[in-house]
This record gives sequence, structure tokens and C-alpha cells, in this order.
Amino acid sequence: MQRRQLACLAGLALLAPIGRRLQAASTDGAGRRISIAATRFSFSPREIRAVQGEKLTLVLSSTDFVHGFSIPDLNARIDAPPGKAVELVLPVLREGRYACLCDNFCGEGHDTMVATLWVSAR
Amino acid sequence: MEIHHPDRRDFVRLAGLGGLIVASALPGCAHLASPASGTKDFSFVQLSDVHWGYGNPKVNPEPRQSLMRAIAAVNALEVQPDFVVFTGDLTQTTDDPKLRRARLREVKEIASGLKATRVRFFAGEHDASLDRGEAYLEVFGGALNYTFDHNGVHFIVLDNTSQPAPVLGESQLDWLKTDLAGRPKDAPIVVLTHRPLFALYPQWDWATRDGAAAIEMLASHQNVTVFYGHIHHEHHHMTGHIGHHSAMSLMFPLSPVGTAPQKTQLPWDEAQPFKGLGWRTVDMQKGAARPLEHATA
Repeated sequence: MQRRQLACLAGLALLAPIGRRLQAASTDGAGRRISIAATRFSFSPREIRAVQGEKLTLVLSSTDFVHGFSIPDLNARIDAPPGKAVELVLPVLREGRYACLCDNFCGEGHDTMVATLWVSAR
Repeated sequence: MEIHHPDRRDFVRLAGLGGLIVASALPGCAHLASPASGTKDFSFVQLSDVHWGYGNPKVNPEPRQSLMRAIAAVNALEVQPDFVVFTGDLTQTTDDPKLRRARLREVKEIASGLKATRVRFFAGEHDASLDRGEAYLEVFGGALNYTFDHNGVHFIVLDNTSQPAPVLGESQLDWLKTDLAGRPKDAPIVVLTHRPLFALYPQWDWATRDGAAAIEMLASHQNVTVFYGHIHHEHHHMTGHIGHHSAMSLMFPLSPVGTAPQKTQLPWDEAQPFKGLGWRTVDMQKGAARPLEHATA
């Protein structure tokens, strides 16, 4: 492989996180959309259900704080600033239970600001 | 990155004054046994997660007692520590700025009852996240991250709590890089921080998002030990040759990973008051850090 091609690939690897961020704001081909409201100190809904292989976009809206919405086992997270809906496109889902949490400390009830993504078999 | 999980069999249990003492023969500590030139043996005490102002009687019906007991026990040590360090979450968080300041001042006042002449503090997310450390700095002064040297050991206090996100941030990482640059590779270094620098369990917010960058910098030094709080129980972990040791809380214990479906404050045990609460002494011998756990009960 030519040195120039290697440099190009390295550059693409560096840009990958930016690409993921842009993908999080896109709805093209992103499948079903689920709205989630984030308010100190809960998410609504607290349970999200999907089926294996489904494409899912979570649309986060916060009313009061820059809450985080994180699904560590999917390596997916996004900040949800107040008054602005943001979209988190999830990777292809596999069966299982996924813990979701606010990962920006938002106050005394922060630890209770959790949700669960349930992915069932087809 | 090589990771080793020492288990509890690695620890030697001894009975001691004021409760159980666990003497740790830990990977990440014993490796430091090679004499470090310019060091002089000493000890320090780690008190963590005081959460002053916490108010759930089902979890702790005596919220003012554990800190008092710990201070009395430290003051009763035959050999006084060279210093005491509070590793964050001095207070239970509140939206009320006046109450936050009042709680911080009260902790500072109570801590002045320690015999040890030097007492150091730094903030946890309960103290600093909601106002980016403003109240903490007003009461305690100084900086949110800082270094100090004691008897040949270099101490680095890292702040991963004064922003809402659990991060160190680029500027602090640059600061750390500058601090480490030119320091001898075998110099003993102790890092004090609140959250775990490694991804202990991000599902429960037990991680620092950019902590791996700090660990990578520290990994080029041979004698590094990290002491932290946040998770409210004793935990020991290795990233390569670096030992990471969390301390017990002085207000409420949290369930260890794998013992509960969600992060859980463990209820008060009437049969064993103060169970799961405690503090730590660290003996620094020839530059090697040897933690000893003390139960508050």
C-alpha cells in the first residue's frame, strides 16, 4: 500500500468520532425513532423496547440541564442540552438488556436517572 | 493494556483497634519495594466520601457519627500520620449555594479537630460539579488540581469532578504531561483523585471518560499508585504496573459491581452499625505505598 493511501486511512480513522457525531444528528435510514424526555432526575420512558437487528434512533429532549444519555455497552452517548432535541443513532442491536444512564452529574438524584433498553430476539 | 484483578485472598486480615484492619499485600504496592533514593518513610491517612448533609436514616441513622469516629480513631493512632487527605465528596450535593458553603465550612471545621498538622482536601462531584468548584474554592482556597512533594514522594491531585461530565479535560492532561516531563522514571508518584481513572464500571458512572489518557502518561513511570474514592467500598485493580485503590466511605456503602442489578446504597445494619464504612492509612516505605483499611464500626 502506498504511503499516501496509508496516510489517508489514518486520517479517516482520526475523523471517525466526528463521523459518528454527525451520524447521531442524521435520521436518514436510521429506523424507528423514540422520543425520550430528560428531566432531573428521570428519563421518560424509563424502559425502551426493541428487537434484535432493529435500527433505532433515540431523540433526547432535556428541560433543565445538559443531561448525558449513555449506553456504555453500546459505546453510545450524547449530551442533551436544554431546549434542543438531539438524536442518538444506535448501532445494530443484539438481544440483551442494556443499562442507560445520565452520565453528567446533575444533582442529588443523579444516581436515579437511569433507564433500560431491552432488546428481544426476533 | 494488561489488567490484573487481585482478589481478597491477596490481603492479609488483622484485628486492630477501632475495627477490622486489612493489611494489603497488593500488586501495585509491593512492586514499589525497591529503595527509592531520597525518600523517607512516613504514613498518611485517606478519608473519603464524607457526604456531610446526607439524610436518609434507613441508610445511615447516625450521619454525623462516622466522621467523628474516624477522626477520633486517627487521633488515637500511636504514630500520627504526616498528613490526612480527604479524597472528595466532602458534602452531599445541594442546589442551594448557601447550604453547600455551610456544609463545606462545617467539614473544614470538624477536620480541624485532627491532630495531624497537615490536612489536605480536594473536591468530589457532590462538592463541585454543580458550580464548577466555586463554593469549594471559596471555602478551601488553593486549586482543584495540584501537586505537592513529601519526603521524596511526588503527589498529584487530579480533578475529575468539577465539570458535570466525568472528565479531566485537555488542559489538565496537558498540565499533567508537563508535571511528569523530566521527572525521573523511577521516582515514586502517588495520584490522588476522586473517580476511578480506569473504566471500572461505566454502567454505574464509575469511570473517567478521558482517564485512559492520564493512565497512559503515568504508565511511563515505574512507581505509580492511585488512591481514589467515589465508589464507597474498598476495591483494588491494576492497569499494567499501576495499582488503583478505592477507599470506603464515611457515610454509606455502595454495592460492589455484580452484587446488585443497580447501584445501591446499602441499608443500615442494626446488628452491625457503621458496617461497610471506614478509612485508610497508607504506609510509605522506601517509596512503596502500603494501604491499611480501618473499619469505622
